[in-house]
Amino acid sequence: MTDKAATFAQVKGLIEPFNEKGAELSESTTFAGDLEWDSLTVMDFVASIEDEFDILITMNQQAEIENVGQLVDAVEELKQ
Amino acid sequence: MTEAGIQPSDAPEAADVTSRDLFEKFDPLIAERDALLATGVRDPFAIVMDEVKSPTEAVIDGKDTILLGTYNYMGMTFDPDVIAAGVEALEKFGSGTTGSRVLNGTYIGHKEVEAALEEFYAMDHAMVFSTGYQANLGIVSTLAGKGDYVILDADSHASIYDGCFLGNAEITRFRHNNPEDLAKRLGRLPPEAGKLVVLEGVYSMLGDIAPLNEMVPAAKEHGAMVLVDEAHSMGFFGENGRGVAEAQGVIDDVDFIIGTFSKSVGTVGGFCVSNHPKTDFLRLVCRPYTFTASLPPSVVATAATSIRKLMHAGDKRAHLWENSKRLHKGLRDLGFTLATDEPESAILAVLLPDQEKAVLMWQALLDEGLYVNMARPPATPAGIYLLRCSLCAEHSSEQVEQILGMFEEAGRKTGAIS
Repeated sequence: MTDKAATFAQVKGLIEPFNEKGAELSESTTFAGDLEWDSLTVMDFVASIEDEFDILITMNQQAEIENVGQLVDAVEELKQ
Repeated sequence: MTEAGIQPSDAPEAADVTSRDLFEKFDPLIAERDALLATGVRDPFAIVMDEVKSPTEAVIDGKDTILLGTYNYMGMTFDPDVIAAGVEALEKFGSGTTGSRVLNGTYIGHKEVEAALEEFYAMDHAMVFSTGYQANLGIVSTLAGKGDYVILDADSHASIYDGCFLGNAEITRFRHNNPEDLAKRLGRLPPEAGKLVVLEGVYSMLGDIAPLNEMVPAAKEHGAMVLVDEAHSMGFFGENGRGVAEAQGVIDDVDFIIGTFSKSVGTVGGFCVSNHPKTDFLRLVCRPYTFTASLPPSVVATAATSIRKLMHAGDKRAHLWENSKRLHKGLRDLGFTLATDEPESAILAVLLPDQEKAVLMWQALLDEGLYVNMARPPATPAGIYLLRCSLCAEHSSEQVEQILGMFEEAGRKTGAIS
């Protein structure tokens, strides 16, 4: 498995507890549209991503992230 | 030029221009609100007080009502000395300054209220804003610039979030009142970057207090400056009423305290106090301070008088805490669920399962003659509907018993308690 594929799998695992709608998860799945997350869910989820990868995703960066693929790319970059 | 050349044949016809109503984005919220009001309940966000008789009593819809939903913690709004100071300033200095603090809007009264704050907090500098909202907006956005980091509690007040959005800093949040989570995030930041940790003494929705004695040292260990908003704690936390940071013994490590005149002080206005030697320079670069009119002379005169009286308000303070303890215990004994296990502040939040039950209970209380605040997300944390009760030092012990009777009656009528 490539690094990116491994990160994607890890991110998917962290989304599941918040995926109340049971939405199908792919790189193009959007947080606001497909998962219907409100700002409070986003906060909890981002905190869990940050702790898992020992990174920080600032609110400024979060504003640019709309789908799972973009999040995986951001995590890959921040892990460097 | 030919006639054809000036014919706008290619131009779209007026009928093709679609104008989009910018209010469309609010339609789901408007529908939710309409549906709620269609059930026949009163709008909790449209209460009008026809008369205000004292810090604890008003007339709403012709009915005498006990106020348990104001920020008038120390009951200073009708203090005779405070009112006399306001009247005198109104007559001597007129109804308003019509100008900015940095131009024609600083009168002797503005300097006097700043001196009163310096004395109250035993700090070198005080800077008075026109509202508490603007104080947070201005200080957070001005202090933290491009490349700096603001680290804030996830449950921060809207004015703190808006200060972040107004500025150019990088914003990162930690889990509410969680010192380990704060320390962990501070550890992930570039060591050389400028950092501002923003905390609140009392969180206004649940009335819970912050473990500042753990969070302030964590911030200092990582080289951050610390700002604490003590809006809901001024006057009755700590030996001198300086707030939760004083009560927990860490006030000397706090770089900036933000506060307001619209709660314990009993009027309107906001402030920042600090020992930083360059604090005064902020007056020239802080846009929410500079580009707005200063407070009216009567307001700063009432604030200065009130702040000086709050320095010697030990008895009132003790009675406020007594009220909070009695109401907390009484409500629990009746079977209500409260947000905090112990009464941590002058705010007690009664939790209800959903919006409909919260509004029904809120209205039943109003019918009994008691006003409390109804609050819902996004003002409250995740999915919480609550009735916020805030006590006043001027609530008599009899009034607190009366309040408990009203809660019992309204709770049984609406099925909130059995």
